[in-house]
Amino acid sequence: MLYYLTCLLFLIGVFGLLTQRNIVKLIISVLIIENAVNLFLVLSGYREGGAAPIITSVTSQSRISVVSVDPFPQAMVMTSIVIGLSVLALMTAIALRIYHIYGTYNIDEIAAKIREKKE
Amino acid sequence: MTESLLALILVFAIIAASVALYTDELLSAVIAVGAVGFSGSIAYLLLGAPDLAITQIVVEVVSLVLLIRVTIGVGLRLTSGPSSRKRITAAGAALLAVFALFLISLKTFAAFGTPVMERIQGAPSVFYIERGLELTGAANLVTGVLLDFRAYDTLGEATVIFTAVLGGLILLRRKGRKNTGDSAEDAG
Amino acid sequence: MKNRSLITVTVSRWVSPFIFIYGLHLILYGHITPGGGFPGGVVLASSFILALLARGREAALQRLPYPLAKRLDATGAIIFLLTALAGLAVSGIFFENFLLEIIPGTPMRLISSGTVLVNNAAIGIKVCASVFLIMLFLSVLRVGEDEQIRTIEKEEG
Repeated sequence: MLYYLTCLLFLIGVFGLLTQRNIVKLIISVLIIENAVNLFLVLSGYREGGAAPIITSVTSQSRISVVSVDPFPQAMVMTSIVIGLSVLALMTAIALRIYHIYGTYNIDEIAAKIREKKE
Repeated sequence: MTESLLALILVFAIIAASVALYTDELLSAVIAVGAVGFSGSIAYLLLGAPDLAITQIVVEVVSLVLLIRVTIGVGLRLTSGPSSRKRITAAGAALLAVFALFLISLKTFAAFGTPVMERIQGAPSVFYIERGLELTGAANLVTGVLLDFRAYDTLGEATVIFTAVLGGLILLRRKGRKNTGDSAEDAG
Repeated sequence: MKNRSLITVTVSRWVSPFIFIYGLHLILYGHITPGGGFPGGVVLASSFILALLARGREAALQRLPYPLAKRLDATGAIIFLLTALAGLAVSGIFFENFLLEIIPGTPMRLISSGTVLVNNAAIGIKVCASVFLIMLFLSVLRVGEDEQIRTIEKEEG
């Protein structure tokens, strides 16, 4: 069931990406999609009653392969989160530049202004 | 127990996401998407990923600062009306296609609570868990995977951050380089 | 922007050293406790971002000057690449953990993981400098203000 909930979150993000006309809302949709995918990946590595993949003592070292959750999706999601931050920074920079040039965040108005300028 | 708690958190995240997309004020939308991120952080904590919880909460704070930087000082009310019916229908069709793909791919996954590595023979994760401490010396296996077994990924990731900084510098410097032909400067 | 709240300025001045120390802790102990280079780097950067938001760009640039931030960014990347290349030179494998054989250390102590600690520090420095630089660039361009002024002038005139 949890997989379906993450899928629903993902679908909300995709729907927002396809229907919203405001650049900030588009950025927000991308953030939602990103969160959903990260959650799905970490969920796929969970073990029932699992412990964090951190060895705290010599005794826990022998049991870690039976107890621990999967560290591999976690490492990949760690990379993904930081990449998401830098992508977000780039998107905000582009959005600010667009606002600086056209004075609006609305895609339709921006398109109208570009068309106006061409004629 | 964990499963129902996680379901509760995910439902909260879904509600927050819907609020973020369909509220009229940009600032409330930004704060609602912050709620999605923070509920993700709590979910990571329950899922046995404290590294991710720390990372997510810190990154979420910085992203909120970035997003508020975009919305503040700009007219907060949205001017756009509702989307056209044709676009909504197309989006619904796309969603159905994505959901069908999800259902197909879900068949290859085990039920929740069984990690993928237990179903696949010779999965790399088993090797990482069993010999991680011995081969990398790092007691935190996530760090061991990230910076020793799979350091190539981290190198690529460093490149991505560097590119983002470069892009930000180029997009946001006060005066553009002199360029011939039509420039964007006279459009404002 | 001159009339900042006294409470904001004072609290930010007191809190940011603690944030900085927490970031250092996350980086240095990232291989034995939860943490690591990425969250540590972002926490380090957020201590500077706090100064940037609460006390203005000049105060932040006083603590981490722009040329230094640029150099730290490059330094982190170069250290990371150099440890990788050193592994290539010593044992013939890119990113080989060659320090672990020289200094094994004891598991679950600070000196225990060879190049992982070095890489963590490099990534932490790089992420810190990068996030700070991005925030700095975003603070330079004040988009909303002149636009607002323009609309206000229009309404009044």
